Amino acid sequence: MLIYGLGLLALSYLAGQLFGDFLGEFIGVQANVGGVGFAMLTLVLLHNYFQKKHWIKGNFDDGIGFWSNLYIPVIVAMSASQNALLAFNHGILPLVAGILIVVLGFALVPLISTIKTTNE
Amino acid sequence: MNIISFFEKNGMITSFMVIAIIMLISEQISTRILRKKIPGSAIAILIGLILAYYGGVQSGGEKGIADIAFFSGFKLVGGSMFRDFCIVATALGVSFPVIIQAGKAGVISLILGLVVSFVLGVLVGWAFDYHDAESLSTIGAGTLTFIVGPVTGSALGASSDVIALSVATGVVKAIAVTIFTPLIASKIQLNNPHSAMVFGGLMGTTSGVAAGLAATDQKLVPYGALTATFYTGLGCLLCPSVFYLLLKAIL
Repeated sequence: MLIYGLGLLALSYLAGQLFGDFLGEFIGVQANVGGVGFAMLTLVLLHNYFQKKHWIKGNFDDGIGFWSNLYIPVIVAMSASQNALLAFNHGILPLVAGILIVVLGFALVPLISTIKTTNE
Repeated sequence: MNIISFFEKNGMITSFMVIAIIMLISEQISTRILRKKIPGSAIAILIGLILAYYGGVQSGGEKGIADIAFFSGFKLVGGSMFRDFCIVATALGVSFPVIIQAGKAGVISLILGLVVSFVLGVLVGWAFDYHDAESLSTIGAGTLTFIVGPVTGSALGASSDVIALSVATGVVKAIAVTIFTPLIASKIQLNNPHSAMVFGGLMGTTSGVAAGLAATDQKLVPYGALTATFYTGLGCLLCPSVFYLLLKAIL
């Protein structure tokens, strides 16, 4: 059943975000800490468990896959609702700081990527 | 009958239709004019940003095109709930051995991403004649993400124009990551899950990382999101406390 897959995705999302909100409150910040990460972890672990129990039947995975495929359209909608005007409305400082940090970040990606955890 | 209020009432469905049209146009531009040199998704995201700018100019609001009644459904479909729900859905394809192998690099990139962004923001703020620790910390925090800036600014009691500057800096960063990532990805070897995790930790801006990776290679999205999801929260923790106190001690 498709709705069971969707239900599992919703459960994982809510559990992860709730934990991220609690974690944020616990360390005293007004933000969610790692909610998406915990939700992803919950989904993968529960899905593995369901698979072992042979509970995944029919179009179960389509309930999750649909949303995964909707990702780019949602990101397009997100881009279209950004406060893009603000970026150009506050003089040069935001442009300088915002672009410099991205350039610096790009330069660091290949450097940090050489670090690998090796199995002994 | 008011046709605009009809579309506003059915906002979410209207936005599905509009996004489908944007995707269709982008795919056509990508295949027919650019011969697939720039992926359709990258063009669609760019069109989204242009619409956001146009919407801001037309309405004077903060939500881009979503502030125009016909496009009001974009608030929901382009909001953080839909975005995060879709990111979580992409997690089914991730490989745990890869995440564990990249774990150390991911954590280092996260710490480095936070520190480097803050320091750079402070230096730029200094160059633009801000010399008090509160304003500098707020600008530094805005260089992390557009959420960390105002959180830090209000915690330290920075002036409202400095807080506005910090939000603008974060928005510029998110947009710059979105536009430049697909263009530079191959040059910085951003083509595997390992470097995607490093990228997510270094950049940290969830909107930018999500959109940049979507335009580059959709398979990399969950890996980038995995590290980026910790960035804003940790930034809100460190900027008004440790980073601010260190900066005050130096000044």
